Amino acid sequence: MALSDSFFGQKFGVTEHDLESYLSEALAAGGDYADLYFEYLATSNLSIDESIVKSAVQGVSLGVGVRVIAGERTGYAYSGDLSPEKIRKAARVAACIAKGPSQVEKTGFDESHKRNLYPLLTAPHETSLAERVDLVKRADRAARAQDSRVFQVQASYVDSLRQVLVATSDGVLSFDRQPLARLGVSVLARDGDGSPQRGYAGGGGRVALDFFLNEKTPEHFAQEAVRQAIVQLSAVPAPAGEMTVVLGPGWPGILLHEAVGHGLEADFNRKKVSAFSGRIGQQVASPLVTVIDDGTIRNRRGSLNVDDEGVPTERNMLIENGVLRGYLFDKLSSRLLRSSTTGNGRRESYQHIPMPRMTNTFMLAGDSDPGDIVRSTPRGLYCASFGGGQVDITSGNFVFSASESYLIEDGKITRPVRGATLTGNGPEALKYVSMVGNDLQLDEGVGICGKEGQSVPVGVGIPTIKLDRMTVGGTAG
Amino acid sequence: MIDPELAAQTIRLALHRGATDAECTVAEGEEFSALVRMRSLETLKEAGSRAAGLRVLVGRRVGSSYTSDLSAEGIRTMVESALDLAAISTEDPNAGLPDASELGALTGDLKLYSTDISAIATDYRIEQARQAEEAAFAADPRITNSEGASFDAYSGERVFANSRGFLGSYRTSSCSLSTTPVAREGEFMERDYWYSSARNYSRIESPTYIGKRAAERTVRRLGARKVPTQKVPVIFDPQTARSLLGNIFEAVEGESIYREASFLAGKLGESVASENVTIIDDGTLPGLFGTSPFDDEGVPSRRTVVIERGVLRNYLLNTYTARKLGMKTTGNAARGITGNTGVGHGNLFLEAGQRDARDLVRGIRNGLYVTELIGSGVNIVTGDYSRGAAGLWIENGEFAYPVSEITIASTLQRMLMDLEPGDDLEFRGSVASPTLVIREMTISGQ
Repeated sequence: MALSDSFFGQKFGVTEHDLESYLSEALAAGGDYADLYFEYLATSNLSIDESIVKSAVQGVSLGVGVRVIAGERTGYAYSGDLSPEKIRKAARVAACIAKGPSQVEKTGFDESHKRNLYPLLTAPHETSLAERVDLVKRADRAARAQDSRVFQVQASYVDSLRQVLVATSDGVLSFDRQPLARLGVSVLARDGDGSPQRGYAGGGGRVALDFFLNEKTPEHFAQEAVRQAIVQLSAVPAPAGEMTVVLGPGWPGILLHEAVGHGLEADFNRKKVSAFSGRIGQQVASPLVTVIDDGTIRNRRGSLNVDDEGVPTERNMLIENGVLRGYLFDKLSSRLLRSSTTGNGRRESYQHIPMPRMTNTFMLAGDSDPGDIVRSTPRGLYCASFGGGQVDITSGNFVFSASESYLIEDGKITRPVRGATLTGNGPEALKYVSMVGNDLQLDEGVGICGKEGQSVPVGVGIPTIKLDRMTVGGTAG
Repeated sequence: MIDPELAAQTIRLALHRGATDAECTVAEGEEFSALVRMRSLETLKEAGSRAAGLRVLVGRRVGSSYTSDLSAEGIRTMVESALDLAAISTEDPNAGLPDASELGALTGDLKLYSTDISAIATDYRIEQARQAEEAAFAADPRITNSEGASFDAYSGERVFANSRGFLGSYRTSSCSLSTTPVAREGEFMERDYWYSSARNYSRIESPTYIGKRAAERTVRRLGARKVPTQKVPVIFDPQTARSLLGNIFEAVEGESIYREASFLAGKLGESVASENVTIIDDGTLPGLFGTSPFDDEGVPSRRTVVIERGVLRNYLLNTYTARKLGMKTTGNAARGITGNTGVGHGNLFLEAGQRDARDLVRGIRNGLYVTELIGSGVNIVTGDYSRGAAGLWIENGEFAYPVSEITIASTLQRMLMDLEPGDDLEFRGSVASPTLVIREMTISGQ
C-alpha cells in the first residue's frame, strides 16, 4: 500500500516528505533512533442492564506520538492535533533527551509487512448500530430464559477499529487496521433467600460481527454465564493450603501469563530486576512444559500484523521442554541487549511509550488424556475458570483467582468450591507440572493485560495440566 | 485554558439536533514525567491533550459520545453519535439529568491548583528524582539495583455545562515523587517503593526521606519465608488498608446496590461492622485528591457518612442510581471522558481510632502484618475475600521475619465485624485508612 492510499494519507494528507521532516526534527539534537506513531481509534460500547439498553457510548481519539532514543534514554511527546506545527512541536520536545550530533542517516522508507491476520471486509464498527445492539438484547433474553434463578443480566458489546501508521528513522513504514470486538455477559442468580452468585462469560477477537452470529453467539455466552452462576449456588468454602491442582484447558492459561510471561519481558531483564534474569538455558519448568508467545494467530485478540513499533509479530519460543529459551523484546531492549527483535513492542495508545508485552501466550499440548489426569489425582482442586491475576516480577511471586473450581476426591471431580486465589513462585511453580493434556485450547478472547499503567488486549491458552503442588487460598481447613 | 463557550455551543447544537437535554464535559491536561534509573536520566515525557464528552437525552432515551477532535467537524460528529445511540437505546423512566435545584458548586478556594509545580524547572525535577534514588542506594548496601525514581507532574482543567443552566469549571494540579529500589541478598531479590504526591509541590516529602523509606521497605522483605497454613490476627498497614476501603466503596456505590450485586445491598440501618468503624466520603476537604467543587453531573460535592459506628447509613449515589433506589443523589457522579456516567468517591476514609498503631502490633502474639496485596480475589456480591499477600510475621508483639507467597482469606462481612483501627490516619490519595487489625483470617501457605 502506498502512503497516499493509506488511512492517514487519505484522511489527513500525510506524505512521506512530512514524515521525514518530523523525524529530522526529532533527531535535530542528536540521538540514535526516532519514530512516529499515528493512531486513530474509533470505539463503541453498547450495553444492556435490566433488559434496558441504558448506556451506549461511542467516540474517537486520535493523535501522534514522537519518540527519540539516545543510548538508554528515551524522550517522548505526543499531540492530539495532527497539524504539522503541533507534530513538529512534539518532535522538538522529544528531541530534548538527546545531546550531540545525530548518528542517523535517513534514506527513504520500506513498507514492513504484507500479510493480513485479520482481513475483514467490514469492521464491527462499520456495521449498523441496530445489528450490534441486537447482540446484547439476544444475550439478555437467552440468559433470562435459561434459568428462573437468574435475576440480573448485564451484557455488553465493545468494539473498536484502530488505524495505525508507524514511521521510523531506520526506514520502516507500516500501516495497520486493527479491529477488535468483545461480547460479555454477566449474570446474578439466587436460590430462594440465599446469597446471590455471579457468573461471567465473554469472548471475541479481531473479528467481524458475523463471528457473533455464526461462531460464538450471544446465546453461547449467556448460557455459559448462567451455568457458572448456578454452579456457584451450591459451592462450599474453598480449601486452604498446599495441594495438587489440576487446571482445565483454555483461560486457566493465565497461569503462564503471570508465572512466566511477565518475568520474561526484556525490559525487566535488561534491568536485571526479574526473577528470571540471567536464567536463559536453565531448567525453569518441568520437561513437559513448552511455552510459546505467538502474535501471528489469525483473528486472535492478542494478535497483530505488526507490533506498535512497526515490527512484524512472530511465534517466539519462551520455554522449551522446561528450559528457558528467550525473552520478549521491544526495539529499545533489543538494541541494548544486542538481540534481534521479537515483535513484542506494544503500547496502549499514542500517549504511551512502547514496552515489551505479551501477545497470545500458551503451553503446547502433551500426551495425557484429560480424564486420566483427573483420575490420577486422589485429592486436589480442579480449576475450570479464572478471574484476574498479578505478579511481582522481582520476587517471582504470582497469584491468580479461580472463579469456577471443584474439589477432586478419589480421582473424581466432586463439589464446586467458592472463589479462591492460588499463589506460587514463577521460576519454581512449573517445575511441579507432572502431566500435560492433549487438549490445548486458547481462551475465548477477553484478556486485558495491565503493566505500568498501560492496558493491551492479550490471549492465553493451555491444555489440561496437573501441578503436584500449589498453594490454594481458601478458608476451609 | 478551555473556552467554556465550547461546552455551551455543543449543548446548543445537541438541542438543535433533537436532544431534549444534554450535558458536556471538556477537559484538558498536561503531563510531565522524568524517570532516573541507575543515576542517569532514562525517560523524559511531556505532552498535553484535550477531549470532550457528551451525554444527550431524547425523552427518556440516553446516548453518550466523546472525541479528542475538538474541531467543528469533530464536535458535530460527537453530537450525531450521541443522538444515534439515543435512538437505539431503550426508554428508561429513571434516565435524566439532575433536577435544577440539585445543581451547584462549592464556593471558596478548594486548593486544587497550585502554580508552584509549573514553576519548577525540568533540570530541578530530574535532580529530585536522582536524589530520591541515591538516598535509597545510600540507605543500605543491599540496595544494589533499582527500577528508578520518577518525578511526575500534571495540571488540567475541566469545564462542565448542561442544558439546565449549569456551567462550571475548575483547574487541578498534582505532582509526585517516587522510587523503587531493588535489594539482593544471597538468592533473594525483592523490590518495594515509596512515594509522595500532592496537589502542590511544597507538600511533597523530601527526596531523601522517600529514598530512605523505600529502601527500608525493600530490605525488610529480604529472606521471606512461606508460613504454615493457619488462622491468625492480621494487621493491614495503611497502604494495604486503602485497598480494603476500595472494596467497601464497590460494595456501597449505587450501581451494585440497585442490582443487588453487593453483600451490603438492602442493609441500610443495619449493623454491618464493629462499633470502631466509621467510614466517610468527603469531597469538600481542601487540597486533597478526592475534592472537587461539583461532581460530573454538576451536583455540589459533599460529606456523606457511609458507615457510622458500625451502622450502614448511606450509599454513594449519582442521579440515576438515586432514582432507581428512590433516594437523592449524594453528588458522587463520575465520568471519565470516554465512558458512561457512573459512581465515584471523593475522599473516602476510615476514621482514626484511639490506639497507637504500634500498640496494635504489640498486642499480637502470633500474626501477620501485611505490607503488600496482589491479585483481584474479592467478590463484592458474596463478600468472599482471598488475596495474595506479603509482609512481616509478628511474634510476641514484634516483627520476627518477612513472609511471602501466601494468601489471606475471609469474608468482607466478617472482616468488618472484627476490625479495629489505629490512630495513624493520613491522606496520601483519595482513599485513606489508618492501620487496621482484623481479629482472624485464614493464612494459606505451606
